[in-house]
Amino acid sequence: MLLIACPYCGIERPEIEFRYGGEAHIARPADPSALTDGEWANFLYFRSNPKGVVAERWRHAFGCGRFFNCLRDTVSDKILAVYKAGEARPDLAADEAGRGA
Amino acid sequence: MRFSLANVALQALSHNSGWPEQWRNAEPKAAYDAVIIGAGGHGLATAYYLAKEHGLSNVAVLEKGWLGGGNTGRNTTIIRSNYLWEESAALYEHALKLWEGLSQELNYNVMYSPRGVMMLAHNTHDVQVGKRHVHANRLAGVDNEWLSPEEAKAFCPLLNVARDIRYPVVGAALQRRGGTARHDAVAWGYARAASARGVDIIQNCEATAIRRDASGAVSGVETTRGAIAAKKIGVVAAGHTSVVMAMAGVRMPLESYPLQALVSEPVKPMMPCVVMSNTIHAYMSQSDKGELVIGAGTDAYISYSQTGGLHIANHTLEAICELFPTVRRMRMLRNWGGIVDVTPDRSPIIGSTPVPGLYVNCGWGTGGFKATPGSGHVFAHTIARGEPHPLAAPFTLDRFRSGRLIDEAAAAAVAH
Ligand SMILES: Cc1cc2nc3c(=O)[nH]c(=O)nc-3n(C[C@H](O)[C@H](O)[C@H](O)COP(=O)(O)OP(=O)(O)OC[C@H]3O[C@@H](n4cnc5c(N)ncnc54)[C@H](O)[C@@H]3O)c2cc1C
Ligand SMILES: [Zn+2]
Repeated sequence: MLLIACPYCGIERPEIEFRYGGEAHIARPADPSALTDGEWANFLYFRSNPKGVVAERWRHAFGCGRFFNCLRDTVSDKILAVYKAGEARPDLAADEAGRGA
Repeated sequence: MRFSLANVALQALSHNSGWPEQWRNAEPKAAYDAVIIGAGGHGLATAYYLAKEHGLSNVAVLEKGWLGGGNTGRNTTIIRSNYLWEESAALYEHALKLWEGLSQELNYNVMYSPRGVMMLAHNTHDVQVGKRHVHANRLAGVDNEWLSPEEAKAFCPLLNVARDIRYPVVGAALQRRGGTARHDAVAWGYARAASARGVDIIQNCEATAIRRDASGAVSGVETTRGAIAAKKIGVVAAGHTSVVMAMAGVRMPLESYPLQALVSEPVKPMMPCVVMSNTIHAYMSQSDKGELVIGAGTDAYISYSQTGGLHIANHTLEAICELFPTVRRMRMLRNWGGIVDVTPDRSPIIGSTPVPGLYVNCGWGTGGFKATPGSGHVFAHTIARGEPHPLAAPFTLDRFRSGRLIDEAAAAAVAH
């Protein structure tokens, strides 16, 4: 079971308090009628499904109830960062470099 | 050497020291007519039917680990064909018919055992869905019948049909021709038969890149054991399909999730059939070794970790203990996970891709073991002819663009 730190509540809680929301940063098309069928398929169904770092949504369903995003390594399942909805995806490489300096 | 009564007797005389290795441990050649990436049951079956039915034996099957070590060797081996839609029922029924003669066909005992698969209903919705399946299946010529709780109990005496439990059994759908087979034997049997027809099975050989020529068509594959040229490549990599397809720049409508199973200590025969409950994510059967084989659900999140959360297995065991109170004090021996590739409509993808020469067979998710012979058979046709086998034709990658989904999600949200 994952332990997830909700960025709103600021505490680590067990995974069963949360709902998974799938891949993050998939923006709803700004002009839906302008999309081709292929573009719709890509929005609805195609996912990056990476073996490595994934950006994903979680909802603290049995806590504050809010959506937030998370970076996780899909091989180790280790959570690398959590951040609030609307915030940009943290740049892990830059953070790492900063820490080294 | 064929397995036969005469050979078994003959080998017994020499203390079974004369049996040859079951398949050649091939070294990669510089070029093949076709390369299959992934030596699970589906990839090996594909190679076997390419050689047997399409005269294509200059074929290699590449496996990054050991043969059958993916989901083929990790699954709970439930076989059935009672899917809802005509397209699915036809495909899985094709596989079921091949299972019926598979041990003879391969001269290898795959231990196919049509002991019956019973799917439980626990509420009104389950009853409606279950009966709809029974009617749809019967119209499609696939056996499936509806049982009362008492009939279900008669078919599986272990089952608790008390009315006052959290999820009482209110009915069940039974496919008598459904059952189980020995997963390893399926991989080994296909490997042996394909190898005998000239197919090279290359283990510990991971595909790391897919090469394309100036026109964009595939020209070969790079591996941890060198480059291999091929004009046709079939990707049959289950949970790793997105990763392999990305090597050719193709995005897939797939998500990879851990799915778990566990087995108990072995006991004498106590369970005559397979029982499944989609609603409470639990299913159980007994292997010929005597272990109770229990399947759990997937984790909520995508992962390549080949393990799963303990709370998922725990949830299943709670359901198992309520449905089969007799097993409450049994010890579980092993628990493991496999990575399953799930499509949005829970149906597989079998066919060509936007890249010429690149074919894919994936998306079998939580329930593709049962399809192994049929999947290999129709995929071999698709690769050899360059056009889909009629039974594979609806299962294109393009259906996610055209909207012609084959929605088995309601039918098989998790179960098998
Ligand atoms: C716990 C569990 C229970 C299940 N229960 C059932 C069940 O009861 N009934 C049922 O019908 N189905 C069940 N399934 C699903 C079933 O196991 C799969 O759908 C089926 O086995 C897939 O077969 P495959 O040959 O496509 O995949 P696999 O057997 O996974 O083979 C794919 C192979 O590709 C290899 N590979 C990946 N990437 C590369 C690369 N880059 N280079 C070389 N090789 C590569 C892998 O190592 C692997 O061996 C279950 C699955 C799990 C995990
Ligand atoms: Zn919170």
